[in-house]
Amino acid sequence: MSTLTLRDVELKRGERILVSSLNVEARPGDLIALRGPSGSGKTTILRAIAGLDSFQRGTIEVGDARLQAGVVPDRAMLHRLRRSVGLVFQFHCLFEHLSALENVCLAPVHVYNTPHRTAEQLGRDLLKQLGVEARAAALPRELSGGEAQRVAIARALAVNPPVLLMDEPMASLDPSRRAELGALLQRLTASGRTLLLTTHDERFAEEYATRTLMLEGGRLSELAQ
Amino acid sequence: MLRLIVTAVLVVWAGPGHVMAQTAPPFRWAGDAEGGAPYVEADPADPSRVVGFDADVAALIAQGLGREPQFVEVAFASIDQSIVRGDAEIGLSGIEDTPARRAGYAVTLPYYQFREVLSVRSSDAGQFRTLADLRGRRVGTLGGTIAYEILLTAERDHGIIAVSYEDDVHPYSDLLVGRLDAVLLDNVLADRRARTTAGFITHPEAVATSHYVGVLAPGNEALRDRVNDILRAAMKDGRLESIFKKWKVWNADQPQLFAAVLAGETIPAVVGYQAEGISALSKWEATRRYLPSLFRSAVVTLIMSCGAMLAAVALGVTIATGRLYGDRLIRAVLMGYVELIRGTPLLLQLFVLYYGIAEAIRLPAFVAALLGLALNYAAYESEIYRGALLAVPAGQLEASRTLGFSEFQTLRLVRAPQAFRLALAPMTNDFVALLKDSSLVSVLTVVELTKQTQIFATNMGSWVIPGAICAALYLAMSLPLAALARALERRWRWQTA
Repeated sequence: MSTLTLRDVELKRGERILVSSLNVEARPGDLIALRGPSGSGKTTILRAIAGLDSFQRGTIEVGDARLQAGVVPDRAMLHRLRRSVGLVFQFHCLFEHLSALENVCLAPVHVYNTPHRTAEQLGRDLLKQLGVEARAAALPRELSGGEAQRVAIARALAVNPPVLLMDEPMASLDPSRRAELGALLQRLTASGRTLLLTTHDERFAEEYATRTLMLEGGRLSELAQ
Repeated sequence: MLRLIVTAVLVVWAGPGHVMAQTAPPFRWAGDAEGGAPYVEADPADPSRVVGFDADVAALIAQGLGREPQFVEVAFASIDQSIVRGDAEIGLSGIEDTPARRAGYAVTLPYYQFREVLSVRSSDAGQFRTLADLRGRRVGTLGGTIAYEILLTAERDHGIIAVSYEDDVHPYSDLLVGRLDAVLLDNVLADRRARTTAGFITHPEAVATSHYVGVLAPGNEALRDRVNDILRAAMKDGRLESIFKKWKVWNADQPQLFAAVLAGETIPAVVGYQAEGISALSKWEATRRYLPSLFRSAVVTLIMSCGAMLAAVALGVTIATGRLYGDRLIRAVLMGYVELIRGTPLLLQLFVLYYGIAEAIRLPAFVAALLGLALNYAAYESEIYRGALLAVPAGQLEASRTLGFSEFQTLRLVRAPQAFRLALAPMTNDFVALLKDSSLVSVLTVVELTKQTQIFATNMGSWVIPGAICAALYLAMSLPLAALARALERRWRWQTA
């Protein structure tokens, strides 16, 4: 059973076709690395799956949410989509006025009506799993790039999406942190989650991904693992 | 031949200078053309000229001095100070003969006698005949005049509510729409208004009588004496009478005044009202007496500014969010509002709100003032908030959406808290500006700090002490505000920098 399906998707930026006839099928436990040169459309694909950008042709299915080209999803469809997929941005995009813990707890409390105390415990557990529990009270500007990224991952995981998209998660990590992240991602997929991440890091893809997709010249191909 | 040419050149060269030396400088006289006929007003046929009985009196004096009259426009309330500054040699614009003016300036002999008369709506003619009948009622007049002093005394003695106006037209229009129950003004003004407006009557009995005089700077008694000679001559030979008849202000009071002047009798400045004569007091005693009213008016300024700012913030937030989240129609309407308000003067907006729509909605002065300031500042505030909301990084808004927040939740929990911190400094700046702009509402009869200071300064004949106290009170209100804003900025800066 697939948790993420892209069928015949075409993506444009302005008049330029970035990707045409994109077909991807991902199952629970998949850790898919999406590689390709800069500007090839990797981030645009993630944004389309997360419902942030429109696409010009095809369909995208995430869990029980189904997005169609040229159709603005209604509120109920967006709600299903948000429950099914999380996105960790390359530049983290943490809420600057809130502490690391508050960043993680905000959605559980206000979107999923989790009691405040439960959400706080969940937030602390996630920060601990990611090794940043000591930075719970720090504001985003006080965090290093690696810490901010782990807080952003904790924030995305706090609402427990079955599909997690990550844009260049290795970009701000040193080699030891890179290995830590790899291990973390493997733990996440081991629990049945689907991960789709963009990366330029060929070695990381080879070491940790279960599948590697190469996007080049608007065409997608799957590399032998 | 050479000698002839040199002589001719010298004559030509020296000619204009010689002629200029012989030409007397123009006789500069100050008046307020806004006061209108029959005193001084712009000539409808040639707006660069002024006409009116005071313009004719000025021409008469100038002729007597062998000089050309030259009009200098000065706001009515500032004529005395302007004369002292040397902007003009004499002020002639229905200038009242008061003990304070006599004590502080070189004042000419009285050339016209007027009565302070009470006007009421025709339906109230039997009910309100004197100030004593008007307990608890609002009575309006022109600020800084004998009539205003009489009303302040009547406030204490008879419990009336004195209302000060910046001009002599709106008291009568407010009388007719019911904002006032009576108007106390010179009979010249009451008669003029009665000719063009129906619905009120003027009781003929004088509440007090006084005169119009010319005012010259202290120390300019020599010119004042020459002017007095010219006026006496004009009283004798009927030229002054002709002027007043031409402007339809000649009445039985004037021959008596002329006779008394020509007989050299001592003429009291005001009859029927005992002026307190603040100018006779020491500066410190006068200041002590005015301090309570200055504090009261500072409270008016503070309450009005705080109220207006609160309303402006609420409305500004609504406009800003409407412009960012509303549909095309809402965005267009709100943008139109902002441009309309920013593109027109606050003073005009206040006039429209108070007088312009009075036929439909009769707002009390304080409410109109507060609303006017709030509506005006809301437009500016909305632009601050819109800019601050736009400054919150788009990535955070997208992150919020991917987490499942609705647009409203994103605004409330993510965007607005960060925008507010960005907007705090310009908001404080606007609040301080509003505190000072609130002085404009005196045109709606609200006596706030600046207006009260102006009344104090006019009666005292100096701006030095009243101006210093006024500045100190404004600073006392604005400095703590600025300090509070700085403290909040410091507290939040480390979170958002």
